[in-house]
Amino acid sequence: MKFFLNVLKDKLAALSLCIIVVTVSVGIFAPLFAPHDPEEVHMELRFASLSWEYLLGNDHLGRCILSRLIYGIRPSVLWVFVALVLSVSFGAFLGFIAGYFRGKTDAFVMRVCDVMLSFPGYVMTLALIGILGVGLENILIAFVLSKWAWFARIIRTSVMQVAESDYIKFSKALGVSDIKIMVKHIVPVALPDIAVISSSSFGSMMLQISGFSFLGLGIQAPNAEWGMMLNEAREVMFSRPEFMLAPGLAIILVVSAVNFLSDALQVALDPKLMISKHKLQGLARASAANLQGKEVA
Amino acid sequence: MIRVDCVEKSYRKGGLFSKERQKVLTNISFECKPGECLGIIGESGSGKSTLGRLILGIEKPDRGTVLFEGKPVAVRKARAGNISAVFQDYTSSINPFYTVEQAIMEPLKLQGKIRKDDQSKIDLLLHQVGLNPSYRKKYPHELSGGEAQRVCIARAVSTEPKCILLDEAISSLDGSVQIQVLELLMSLRKIYNMAYLFITHDIQAAAYICDRVMIIRDGQIEEIARVEHLKDVQSAYARKLLQMIIT
Ligand SMILES: Nc1ncnc2c1ncn2[C@@H]1O[C@H](COP(=O)(O)OP(=O)(O)O)[C@@H](O)[C@H]1O
Ligand SMILES: [Mg+2]
Repeated sequence: MKFFLNVLKDKLAALSLCIIVVTVSVGIFAPLFAPHDPEEVHMELRFASLSWEYLLGNDHLGRCILSRLIYGIRPSVLWVFVALVLSVSFGAFLGFIAGYFRGKTDAFVMRVCDVMLSFPGYVMTLALIGILGVGLENILIAFVLSKWAWFARIIRTSVMQVAESDYIKFSKALGVSDIKIMVKHIVPVALPDIAVISSSSFGSMMLQISGFSFLGLGIQAPNAEWGMMLNEAREVMFSRPEFMLAPGLAIILVVSAVNFLSDALQVALDPKLMISKHKLQGLARASAANLQGKEVA
Repeated sequence: MIRVDCVEKSYRKGGLFSKERQKVLTNISFECKPGECLGIIGESGSGKSTLGRLILGIEKPDRGTVLFEGKPVAVRKARAGNISAVFQDYTSSINPFYTVEQAIMEPLKLQGKIRKDDQSKIDLLLHQVGLNPSYRKKYPHELSGGEAQRVCIARAVSTEPKCILLDEAISSLDGSVQIQVLELLMSLRKIYNMAYLFITHDIQAAAYICDRVMIIRDGQIEEIARVEHLKDVQSAYARKLLQMIIT
């Protein structure tokens, strides 16, 4: 709880958390929030600009952009998040085992990772879609299968650094069980690293999903998805550039919120950074006060 | 109390699949009696820390046995709360996410010995190592080397173990702080009547605190001598080591 308050002290983090919570809840309860059916076509309203009836205007088929944006949260944010959590947890599990126990387990897991990583990510995903067929679920499965190795590698390195330190040795000498050592000592230290790598790949996964939707491999046409909306708006990029705005801003907003929040989490989790941050904020306040003083004078 | 019998240890050299092994410890046998302070002296790379890890039960010897009061140390129950340790690197000896209080609580919690009076127990331990209670809420990066090492010592004695292994515990501290910590260790030993296994490369410090010293070289015991008889050691290597200090 104290940790949670710590995060909220940071204004930017609080704002990011707000954005994420609002986005997620709006996405989950999309039918309640969306003013119209996202797939309802009104040819007479093609490219209509903003109005009270259609707050964000209508697209090239006269569909309500706001509703499409809201329904698009599901594939663009929620399902990407699920895929991310799955691949991070699988990667973290193997990374922990490999980094902590070393030896043969480590060698085996790492060789498997090497094999997985030797295929370029896109090619791997395309191949899996080729096998499994077109569709959002299959892209997500492909993501999980092709990304876990990368997570496992990074998490293993971070676990390995911690596992060599003397306080782990001390705990082992005391007779603490391996699982308890991992939970109490290694997870908290590895967590900031995990937060940073997962938030940075959240952005790239969102963009990749959009890319695959554009190629027609992801979500299928009438369904709403932010990347696909962006691609539809691309056709009228020069005559009506404002249509890029809604999905583009939505993507930017969510991706940056996730990144800012993970930064803030990292700071809040680490006592060393926490203190320097307080000092910095103190300094910032002092200099702001100085500036104001000057303005007054 | 601690009995090391014909212990051997080797590590794989190079990659996982290479057959070549580097022998680190050969045929080590000795005994440490209750309340005794045994110094283990050797140059760096002679296998002292490896021997320490075997005694703590963190690693298993390839051959031979390490017994604590007749039971193998590899069994967690046998050593729980009875053997403790202080390591060289004070920067990584305490979890950076723990406060001093949490760090000292860890072994106590494990023993299930947390009662209301543990708050005063932590104050008492801090007092015994010469720190005041205001240190309880500090994080390791806010401590100096000497203070961090004192916290580690407080943590090690918290369960009142029968034996503490000190692996180069004073080697990374400055001269005057080294003496303070040595004095502290000697006074604690009087209070708790513990045995020390004092691993060091510094003969002077060992001679100051230990009852007996064991000199090892390339993973083999060169000589075991009482401190009073340190002057008349037999082996050439031990003589050479001593001469280096005198001159
Ligand atoms: N985990 C390990 N794997 C491989 N070699 C090791 C390992 N630990 C120690 N060694 C080797 O054992 C030898 C003795 O190391 P150590 O016990 O740390 O010496 P000391 O503490 O006396 O300086 C060194 O040559 C070192 O390379
Ligand atoms: Mg050593």
